[in-house]
Amino acid sequence: MTISGESLKATSQKKSSKNKIFIEIRRDWCKGCGICVAFCPKKVLELDEHEKSSISNPEACTQCGFCELHCPDMAIELILIQEGTK
Amino acid sequence: MAVRDYIRERFMPHIWCPGCGHGIVMNTLIRAVENLGLRKNDIIMVSGIGCSARITGYLDFHTLHTLHGRALAFATGVKLGRPDLHIIVPMGDGDATAIGGNHFIHAARRNIDMTAIIMNNRIYGMTGGQYSPLSGYGRMATTAPYGNIDQAFDIVELAWSAGATFVARTTTYHAHDMVTILEKAIVHKGFSVVEVLSQCPTYYGRKNKLGDAVEMMKSYQKGTTPIGSNAKKQNPDLVERGIFVQEEKPEYCTEYEKIIQKVKGEKQR
Amino acid sequence: MTKQILFLQGNDVCVEAAIYAGVNFFAGYPITPATEIVERLAEQLPRKGGKFIQMEDEIASMCAIIGASLTGMKSMTATSGPGFSLKQEAIGYAVMAEIPCVIVNVQRGGPSTGMPTCVSQGDVMQARWGTHGDHAIITMTASNHQDVFATTVEAFNLAETYRTPVILLFDEVIGHMRERLIMPEPGEIPLIERLRTSVKEGTDYHPYLPRDDGRLPMSDFGGVHRFNVTGLVHDMWGFPSNNPNIAHGLMRHLVDKIENHVSEIAKVKEYYLDDADGILISYGSPARSARHVVENRRKRGIRLGLLELQTLWPFPAEKVRDLCSKAKYILVVELNMGQIMQEVKKAVEDPGKVFLANKIDGTFISPTDIRNIIRLIQGKGV
Repeated sequence: MTISGESLKATSQKKSSKNKIFIEIRRDWCKGCGICVAFCPKKVLELDEHEKSSISNPEACTQCGFCELHCPDMAIELILIQEGTK
Repeated sequence: MAVRDYIRERFMPHIWCPGCGHGIVMNTLIRAVENLGLRKNDIIMVSGIGCSARITGYLDFHTLHTLHGRALAFATGVKLGRPDLHIIVPMGDGDATAIGGNHFIHAARRNIDMTAIIMNNRIYGMTGGQYSPLSGYGRMATTAPYGNIDQAFDIVELAWSAGATFVARTTTYHAHDMVTILEKAIVHKGFSVVEVLSQCPTYYGRKNKLGDAVEMMKSYQKGTTPIGSNAKKQNPDLVERGIFVQEEKPEYCTEYEKIIQKVKGEKQR
Repeated sequence: MTKQILFLQGNDVCVEAAIYAGVNFFAGYPITPATEIVERLAEQLPRKGGKFIQMEDEIASMCAIIGASLTGMKSMTATSGPGFSLKQEAIGYAVMAEIPCVIVNVQRGGPSTGMPTCVSQGDVMQARWGTHGDHAIITMTASNHQDVFATTVEAFNLAETYRTPVILLFDEVIGHMRERLIMPEPGEIPLIERLRTSVKEGTDYHPYLPRDDGRLPMSDFGGVHRFNVTGLVHDMWGFPSNNPNIAHGLMRHLVDKIENHVSEIAKVKEYYLDDADGILISYGSPARSARHVVENRRKRGIRLGLLELQTLWPFPAEKVRDLCSKAKYILVVELNMGQIMQEVKKAVEDPGKVFLANKIDGTFISPTDIRNIIRLIQGKGV
């Protein structure tokens, strides 16, 4: 995961789970509308000093998918990474 | 496939303004297509002109970007040429109900198998905020500087009475519902219409002091209700959302194919 | 084998020719005096496995044939003046997106509703410049049913060859006149089929990258290649572009692919031109009267000739100049206020010797009308 301008953070995981969910934000696509920030039920996201969405509280994420589905810029993706894969 | 596999990434970020609801429609549409397991080659997308029409440039389907209001007319020719493929026609409210109003009601009347997605942001965005047939009485626009005196269409009622066999309304706030509705609309055999209330914070929102994209989406959350809900009975001003019509009627291409099978090879009378 | 001889009106001949050429999609709207084309195709197309649709208006008809043509169908529509006006926006789209299609305009009196049942040739310039923006277009016409047939087939051939809309500019007299048609045998007139790409699935296909010969192989829309089609200025993939170099290259390509091939595209018929002192230039139904005058004068030893234009656009200016170089006078015979006469004036060395014999009252121009004007030119009075 080396796409430029991207931030990728793991969300909270159940310890037993072999899968990890990451929130990926493509900063070059994000236009900073704030929809993800405003509607996130757990306040996981915030706008940074460049008016881009960023992940400030990954542990609180419940992977509800609201941000991913409602991002008008398609900048947010929840990525499932299985244990043992890169 | 990942969502981004459906996008022509070299054109991203897209041209839509920050917070534009059209991006949410595109996002949602991709998921509906993915859930249905359709291949990119299975879909032809035909659009007209306007902010909404630009969606064709970003999606990696067969894409045809046509003239203002004429998408359904082009799509009719395309569908008769390739009746086996899914035709999706994203339109704006002006595109579909003003300059393209005639094509819209007649495509619905024919019940030709395609999916019209009307992204209703109640304004002409591409040209800078003029009133559309969906702006509504009393609303402000650059061409209604003293308030709009045009009455608005109800797209659902219009499509319904014109003969569309699948008619639904949803909003960008209710994107989960939108995915399900779009899936049903795409597989529906006949003319399906999905009206999506889609925010234009830049023009409609600003001109009418409705706040930013977030505020406008909250108004969809609060101002709409599922069809037939108790809330609607108590507050008639609420806008209903959901699937209004879903029925089987003879589909145009299928009917024409029957004619061909009946008369093919017959000599001139 | 004896050939089939039919007695038909010109509109029916146009349909027979379109079917001969392989038309398999028609979208139209009823309009006098072109309705017979719509009716006959409604009956004929499904018998051949083709498709007919009566759209909600003329605009939609034009759009639908473009959509169908993209998917690989040979497509056509037919109309008259008011409908032709409505189709202009989408004709421009077909020019820009390079989509083969044939548009028949059976001309009637205009402007506006004009004289729906009367003859006119008032749409010559509209065929050339009806849609906005710089562009080139192919427009053909015919004066008898054998030529209506051949020209209609040729229109489909040229549309496919040059990836362009082709306009067939007939007129009410030709459309409704009944005369003999000797039906060509299959294969007698060559058919040009669409040039399709040999690029394989999964390989980068460029729908708008011309080959060295200027032609653009097509891939049926909805087929193995996914690409974009737009009415915006676009790059070789079909995606919109604001790049001045791309815009310039596209504009030059769209015009040059036709204007640089005038000699191959434009056809004329020459009658007694070799020694002609006076030359009539005509096209469509008035060319029948003009030819009658010429034949008649020749019997009396008068050196009159006829240059019949079968292609109006691109205008065969060089040919007109060469053929008319020795004439003492040139009389353009047409049913408008001199639309082709102006082109002839631009083409010849001495515009002062170009005259107009016309009618604009909805009636047909007779041999007597033409003879009288020749006498006037010669200072003999009527």
